[in-house]
Parts: sequence; C-alpha cells; structure tokens
Amino acid sequence: MSSRTLPLLFINLGGEMLYILDQRLRAQNIPADKAKKVSTVAAWIEEDRKRVMNDIITTMFNKKFLEELFKPQELYSKKALRTVFDRLAHASIMRLNQASMDKLYDLMTMAFKYQVLLCPRPKDILLVSFNHMDAIKDFVKDTPSILSQVDETYQQLVEMYTPLPSGEFQLIRQTLLIFFQDMHIRVSIFLKDKVQSSNGRFVLPTCGPVPHGTQVPGLIRIFSCNGEELTRLQFNNGGNYTAALREGSFEIFGDRVTKLGTNMYSVSRPVETHMSGTSKNSTQHTKQVNTAPNPLAKEELNLLARLMGGLEVQKPGNADSGFRVNLFATDEEEEEALISRPDELSYGVINIQATKDQQTNAELAKIMGEFSESGDQSPSASSKGDDLLAMMDGL
Amino acid sequence: MYHKEKSIQIKNSASALYNNLCVLRIAPRRLTYFTVVHANVVNMVSASWDGLNYSHRQLQSKEPNVATSTSLIMQAAFCVLTSRDLLVVTSQKGIQMYESDGSIMVYWHALETPETPTEQAVFARGISGVWENYICVGVSSGAMLVFDIPSKGSNITLSEVLHEHSESITDMASECSGSQECIANLVTADDVGNLCVWKSGEEFQLLNKIPGFDMSCSSVKLWKGTVVAGYGTGQIRLYEAVTGILHAEVNAHARWIYSLDIAPFSGLLLSAAEDSLVRVWHLTMTPETNSVEIAHLHNECVTDTQICGAKFCDGDGYAFAVTGYDLSEIIRYVQS
Repeated sequence: MSSRTLPLLFINLGGEMLYILDQRLRAQNIPADKAKKVSTVAAWIEEDRKRVMNDIITTMFNKKFLEELFKPQELYSKKALRTVFDRLAHASIMRLNQASMDKLYDLMTMAFKYQVLLCPRPKDILLVSFNHMDAIKDFVKDTPSILSQVDETYQQLVEMYTPLPSGEFQLIRQTLLIFFQDMHIRVSIFLKDKVQSSNGRFVLPTCGPVPHGTQVPGLIRIFSCNGEELTRLQFNNGGNYTAALREGSFEIFGDRVTKLGTNMYSVSRPVETHMSGTSKNSTQHTKQVNTAPNPLAKEELNLLARLMGGLEVQKPGNADSGFRVNLFATDEEEEEALISRPDELSYGVINIQATKDQQTNAELAKIMGEFSESGDQSPSASSKGDDLLAMMDGL
Repeated sequence: MYHKEKSIQIKNSASALYNNLCVLRIAPRRLTYFTVVHANVVNMVSASWDGLNYSHRQLQSKEPNVATSTSLIMQAAFCVLTSRDLLVVTSQKGIQMYESDGSIMVYWHALETPETPTEQAVFARGISGVWENYICVGVSSGAMLVFDIPSKGSNITLSEVLHEHSESITDMASECSGSQECIANLVTADDVGNLCVWKSGEEFQLLNKIPGFDMSCSSVKLWKGTVVAGYGTGQIRLYEAVTGILHAEVNAHARWIYSLDIAPFSGLLLSAAEDSLVRVWHLTMTPETNSVEIAHLHNECVTDTQICGAKFCDGDGYAFAVTGYDLSEIIRYVQS
C-alpha cells in the first residue's frame, strides 16, 4: 500500500519510546522511590537521563539512517521493526532486558495504534507526528548539535507530507492500521482514562467535535435543477457532536490543536500493561499474519543491514555502560512477565539469510556481532540480581 | 426498524479498506456468500439461509507461479453478469478472478510494478460488473481496465484501458435498478472526488464528468440514473448522472464514509463510516420533475468499531450486514 508510511511509523513509535524511557529514567531518580527498592534499581542522576535521551535521539535522527528511511518502500515486517527499536533502545548506556523491552514495545505500539485510530482525519496523523517531533525537540533543546539534526528531519517531514492529498493520507492510515491489526494489549493508562475497554478495543466516542472540514451530521438539503435550495430537513444523528475545532498548524512551529501524540506519561502516571487480558483469539490471528511468508524479507534485511551499518553504536563494555532500566515495578515482576508472556507475543530472532552480495554479508556479520551483546558482558553481570550491583561497582 | 441477528464469525478480522464487505445471494441453493479482506487474505463464508450451516474458505493473494509472493489485497467484490457470477480480488500485484464460490481462479492480470517502490503506490481498487459481459477494475494510476468476459471458460480478455481519471480510482458501480431506460450504466470515482459517468459497450463512452472538491469519494452507487456518492467529509451527494445536477447534499456522518449500498427494489440506501454508525435512508424518484429526494430512516451504532463494510443482503433491503476494522465477525440486522 502506501510507500510513504515507514518514516511516520518510525518517528511516532520512536517518540512514544522516548516518552516512556524519559518517564522511567525520571521515576528511578526519585530518592523516595529509590529507597523502597534500593537493591534493585540504580539511582539515575539527571545527567545520565540526559545522556541516554541524547544518545537515542542522535541515533534516531542519524542522517544516513533517515536517508534510507525516507526512500519510498513497503513497511518492514513486525519482526524487523522490532529489531530496529531493540537496537535504538540500546544506543546508549542504558540496558533493558527482554521482558522490559517487550513491555516497552507493547506500550509504544498500542499508544501509536490508539493515535492512528482516533485521529479525526487521516491527515491529522501528521499533527500527531508533529506533536512527537515537538516533544523530541524539547528533549534536546540544550544540545544545539542534536537539535539541528532533528530540525532537518522536521523540515523534510513538512516538505514531503504537507502537500499530499487527503486520499494519500487515508492510504497511509490504512497501511498503518493493517500493521497494527489484531493487537489488543491492554494498557493501564488507557483503561484508567476509559479510552480502552477491558477487551482491548479502543473506545470510539460518538460525541464531541467533528473533524476539521466536516459538518455535524443531521442536515439534508434538497436542490432544484437550477441549484436553488428547495428544502432543509433535520435528522437525528444518534450522537452528540459539536462543531469542528480550528485546524492544527502544519508548520514547523505552531499549535497542533490535537493532544494525540503528546506525552501522556508522568512520574505520577506510570506505564503498565496487562498482558493476561490479551484475548486468545486475537493472538492467534497475529500469529497467522506473522508466519505468512514475507516475499520482501531478503530485501528488507539487506536494507536493515545498510541502515544498521550506518549507525554509530556505543559498544557495551565501556567503563560507564551497564545502567539497566526496568519497565516493571520490581525485578521479580519483570521476570514473571517474561515467563508468562504468551509465545505468540514473543519476538524471536530474525533468521538472516546469506546473500551473494559479499559487502552485504560483511555488513550483516557486523550487525550480527553487534546484536550478541550479552556475550560481551562481564560474567559478573550475567546472574540476575547481582548484575546491577556489579555494574555499579564497575563505575 | 431493524434488529440485530446472530453474527457470522470469520476466520480473520477485517482490514480498514473501503467497501470491505461483499454479499452474493445464491437463491437456488438458499445460500449467501460473504467476503471480507484481511491483509493478504480474502475470508469467504457461505451461510445457509436457515442459519445452520457456515462453510469457510480463504483466498490468498498469490501470483500464479511465484509460490512465495504475497501482497496486500485492496478489495474483493462479486460481479454479477448475465450468464455467470465471478469473484474479483484486487491487490498490489494484480487482479484475480475466481468462480463465485472461490473454488477456481479463472483469470490473472498482473499490474505493471516498478522494480523499486515509487512514491506513487501501485494497486488495483474499484470493481464492478457492467451490463452483460464486462468487468471493470480501477487502478491507482487512475486508469480503468475493461475486461470482456465470455459466458463460460477462462478466455477473458482486456478489451479497453480508459484514462479519464488522473488520481487513484477508489470505487465504481454499475446501474443497479436493472432499468434499460438509463443511458448511463457505470460511474467511477477517484481520490479527489471526481466522478466519471459511462455508457458501456464494445467501446465505453464517457457521458459526463462531475468535478470533485479535493476530497476522496470512497464509495459510489448508481440507481435509476442518480449517482449516490459518499465522501471523506462524511457527506453524501446525489447527482443526476448524465447532467451532473446536484439534487441533494447530506451531512451524513462525523467521519470518513467507507461504504454505501442500495437495495434497488425498495430504494433503500445504506451508509457506513468510521464514526461507528450505519444509517439507512430512503431514496424516492419523482419522474415528472426528474428529481430525487432522500429521507433518513434508521441509525445503528456498532460500538467502538470503525465500520469498513456494509451491504444489504437482498434487493428489498430486508436485511443488511456490517463489519469493521479489527472485527472478526459479520453483524447482521433484519427488519422487525
């Protein structure tokens, strides 16, 4: 379907990832919180948080990477995209284990699915993206070099997307909705706000403002052959709609009007998912789609290889590496989540097929090497519970 | 006016695509076929009228001879011609035509796809059987392909390619009243809302172009010479096909309309949108003044569902069926 979908998918998921990581890094920085689970959670200082955020944003907006991303192409498979975000989350000194990474990815994807589904017009996906971009700029406002990198991409987004007609945005939206189809993971922040119901479906209101450019339903106008209005009839629209709000700004600076895509997390509103609530039915469907042979797998992995090859990677094993962030309240919960996670929801290792292209092979090999991070870690870091202390000692 | 009946379960959930539900009644066998597209699969259910038997079939969007290749499907639709019914499936790669029960693929037409993806996506969308022996299919380039269908067998030929649209075709429909008096018997719609009105024949003849207003026309129908068009603004417009005169404009839905359908015998109109609502309307023709009127009859809300397909199950509009994004069922409503 739309070959212009990937940049929006990447930037919005990346934006959600940054919100969640920022919230976790700040939460772990609170002394009272730290005191409660002093043995399990590293005390993050403000400087570390900034460093992680800066490193990830620098990687995310890497010039070569974005050049590839902005080329017209089909969406990556779910697995390939997950791999990209695994790498991105580990672009700095922060480490996430499998369960935390799974949870982070579930939260990111459900948040963006919600935004895609609820955005009033297909074109408003761009305003959602701009809300994410605005927030990313704010994260790096004190670092001019990264800020200019982000601004460049911002400019590119505006130039590439604002001229597109409404039908093209609908095609982008439909492509994204196929990507997110059958994902019904329940997210506590959505359940609390009553925007998601217990079956994992998002609530679609039949009240409130209609989209910009749409009239409140309820009026029939009949015209004569020469264009005169003959009659006006009202009908019951079955909802409680109000007139449209003003249109959000599609410029680099401005009021987006929609709140979709802004940061919904804060230290007092932690991130949570309810994996147990995922209906069995839906995971079966997900599985079916995932196991369908993907004809693009080879090209996709070649591309991935090029992209990843272009990224500057902070090798683990640096003196200051090894901060681990936990997306769960305690380590025990995290471990439990990993064990209890349904198989269908796990993201396995991608089988990278060898190709004839030697250069690609070399690049792939390099990436494969970079993926096996666990092997590089010191033995003391491998056993659960001791690892953080050991890393702390290493500082 | 309508009440909900037992739903039909489908094997996969529906994708968010325009007009993503198709219904074909097989009266001699007291069966109804339903099709719903899910990503690269067409889910097909054959339901017996007594509600006791359901059989399922899944059609993959496979190119012949390329075993591993799959592509996303844009639309599936039944085409009813004088001598045979066919199921047409359009995707990013091409057009497949099956016998109406989905058992045999009788024809494959590949789209010209560039080696590396271009900004303009390539796909086929918009399907309609026209008159006795034609099936028309829209393409993302705006071209319309006309296929000549023999009364049996697989000797299907591409008879014409028409280039009147400059944007992606969204939907098309043939005259559904069965009236021979109507000169126009096909209407096509595109992504900026332009409508083309055609007369079918060995050479298709363009009768009229009705300009759009920069908003996609996602679903279109043709009934007794009147074009009924649904738009991304949630509006429905009624035009006289051959003159382009606007007879009525309805602020019908709060979100994009995804599907329209007409019950030709009763003049009932069904509209469904992303706003989770299905509405039933009544169209009346006044032959003396050559005008058409529309009245609202009924609303059904499918809670928390962006509706992507809605179709009447019979020519009188006695029953209709609905499905929506992420929904693995077809919900049926019957007149009380």
